[in-house]
Amino acid sequence: MREINVELVTKTVEVLCIEANYKLPADVKNALEAAADREESPLGKEILMDILMNAEIASKKRVPLCQDTGLAVVFLELGQDVRLVGGDLYEAINEGVRRGYTNGYLRKSSVDDPFLLRKNTGDNTPAVIHTTIVPGDRVKIIVAPKGGGSENMSALGMLKPSDGVEGIKKFVVDTVERAGSNPCPPIIVGVGIGGTIEVAALIAKKALLRTLGEHNPNPAVAALEDDLLREINRLGIGPQGLGGRTTALAVNIETHPAHIASMPVAVNIQCHAARHREAVI
Amino acid sequence: MTKKVNTPLSDETVENLEAGDRVLISGIIYTGRDAAHKRLAGMMERGEELPVDLKGQVIYYVGPCPAKPGQVIGSAGPTTSGRMDSFTPQLLDRGLKGMIGKGTRSKEVINSIVKNKAVYFAAIGGAGALLAETIKEAELVAFDDLGPEAVYRLRVEDFPAIVIIDCHGNNLYETGPKNFKLSGEEKQP
Repeated sequence: MREINVELVTKTVEVLCIEANYKLPADVKNALEAAADREESPLGKEILMDILMNAEIASKKRVPLCQDTGLAVVFLELGQDVRLVGGDLYEAINEGVRRGYTNGYLRKSSVDDPFLLRKNTGDNTPAVIHTTIVPGDRVKIIVAPKGGGSENMSALGMLKPSDGVEGIKKFVVDTVERAGSNPCPPIIVGVGIGGTIEVAALIAKKALLRTLGEHNPNPAVAALEDDLLREINRLGIGPQGLGGRTTALAVNIETHPAHIASMPVAVNIQCHAARHREAVI
Repeated sequence: MTKKVNTPLSDETVENLEAGDRVLISGIIYTGRDAAHKRLAGMMERGEELPVDLKGQVIYYVGPCPAKPGQVIGSAGPTTSGRMDSFTPQLLDRGLKGMIGKGTRSKEVINSIVKNKAVYFAAIGGAGALLAETIKEAELVAFDDLGPEAVYRLRVEDFPAIVIIDCHGNNLYETGPKNFKLSGEEKQP
């Protein structure tokens, strides 16, 4: 067993929270540049250029790309040959979030209950933590801050198996059309198909972590990603919803085996500030 | 075209703005989002005096990041305006002239914008670092306990925005995408 002190987890999470919020991933930057080249709407083009300039300012001055520095969503891949010492793992992650959001001057956007007093917790905890146990003696940590505006436009539908591919397409495209300008387009569309209700939502979120330009390894799913991206960009919503060809930068789909009676479809919408950073301990 | 706009807004300034105009706003604007709107609505209901005289003023829907040492304010881009819709008509009736946010507004808000000769601007969502550069002063006005949702008085210089809904009710969120929507067999040019 390899021993890892949870203090190292705390320090890693702190750095990841800050770096994720200050720096736009290279694949997102490339996709925005390509979109700016292609965009036919003059206003849309200007908006895409401004978004790229914003990323440059944020990186250079080491400030957040967006004031909504999100709930801290943490994906943890825990090697089964790791023994964690020095304290409670989840408390260590929350301590990392607390330090990252405080020391990085990030906005604290977490309220302690969803519908009663909604009091700000003051340190952006608790993190939303998803843990997977994997072979090996390493710990992989991905921090993906998630803003509220795009999360609010996400949707989940318990479709019937007979709805088929056309039903999936309609659900995804309708969700994006209804979202319109609200989730800060251009967006990235994470789609989870299959599993149970919570699995569909979780794999939709995981789909957002995939590098832009990479497709699902299943050719039929990859083809659906292309079809959906084309259809979404025909909607004309455009950058910031003001009209244009660039409504989405990518559609990433993940699938999971499902019950014979079910075909859940989750759509998790991500704004153009598609932030995630990872580290392996 | 880009127009220079100074706050507080006069009727004449508002009449001169058309949906689709790019503007650079200079002067004083006030921050306010979900929790602050809820409090303002409660104060109005109880007949209490508001912490800000709204006549001619502009509210910016924003919950900024904390300022780093040496900064006036942290990143400060717009939040989704629709969440403020149920509070907005009564603020417009009190003299509020402009709002800066992002995303669509309800029919009631649009009607109230026309009735009160006001204007709705959008700033680029997710461009918080760029927009913060145009904020030159920030002073806490009310609701300190709300943290990022407190009300601040900001002095901005050439804050970039786009006129979305003008005082005639024209709405760029309606007209803009229509020009680019492809239907049926229509091929992307």
